[in-house]
Amino acid sequence: MELANIEILVEKYEKAETSLQEETTLRNYFTGGNVAPHLQEYEFMFNYFAANKDETYTKTIQLEPKKSKKRNLKWLSVAASVVLLFSVFIGKQEYNKYQAQKQFDQISKGLRLLSSNLQKGEKAVATLHTYENTVKKILK
Amino acid sequence: MNQSDFLKVVLPFKDKVFRLAKRLLVSTEEAEDATQELFFKLWKSKEKIADYKNVEAFAMTMTKNYCYDRLKSKQASNLTLVHSNYKEKDTSLDKKIEHRDSVNQVHQLIEDLPEQQKIIIQLRDVEQYDFDEICKMVDMKPTAVRVALSRARKTIREALIKQHNYGVS
Repeated sequence: MELANIEILVEKYEKAETSLQEETTLRNYFTGGNVAPHLQEYEFMFNYFAANKDETYTKTIQLEPKKSKKRNLKWLSVAASVVLLFSVFIGKQEYNKYQAQKQFDQISKGLRLLSSNLQKGEKAVATLHTYENTVKKILK
Repeated sequence: MNQSDFLKVVLPFKDKVFRLAKRLLVSTEEAEDATQELFFKLWKSKEKIADYKNVEAFAMTMTKNYCYDRLKSKQASNLTLVHSNYKEKDTSLDKKIEHRDSVNQVHQLIEDLPEQQKIIIQLRDVEQYDFDEICKMVDMKPTAVRVALSRARKTIREALIKQHNYGVS
């Protein structure tokens, strides 16, 4: 394409009045390599645009993972609540056992105290018996 | 609409979505996440897609809005976008270009444009959409689109001229 034409198009391009077709013409001219020196800036611009268009999204698009993540979360909460319930249940049992053990300990401690005191009394009574016996012997 | 039908509809414009996202969010990773997220959203609203005449335009509008949201939340959390992974990731791009530095300058210049102009220049000059389609995507009047586009093109060109005259590269 002639330079004069290109210049007209460039002017229109700056005013954003070019059609897509005209812009394609410009693109072809400026990426073709043979550019007039005073229009060099456009060469950079169009080369950049062309290069930028080559950039692609290389990763695969995943449509499912997040969904399963959400479902996992749901199941996770269910599992967590079950575990919680279970642990409360077990904990309650353990607590009861502990409480019973404590009561048993207290009672047995009390009984032991009672028995030791009783034994003391018995001993005292035993000594009293020996005393009484001796007194009886002497008085006979 | 099953999965393969859906993919048939959406896959042709996945790169466009990705490029627009990258234009706005700058970093490749962000853009990849955004693309993934968008297609997931599209998939969830797949029942509605059948009703849309132009799924592509709808997707591009969604992309634009989604990226705006991302940018807003970024600003709110005081994170700045750093343009860091452009060169090393795009080796194929670099190879293809004779005037590599100047072309990268163009990238930088577009980066500095206001967001609206960025989107429009991306849609028009890179993706080559019709003006009517662009109007729908960005929800603007045709004249406003043209003005923005013209302004963007002029800004880039003038900046390039300036850099060349001063020998700054």
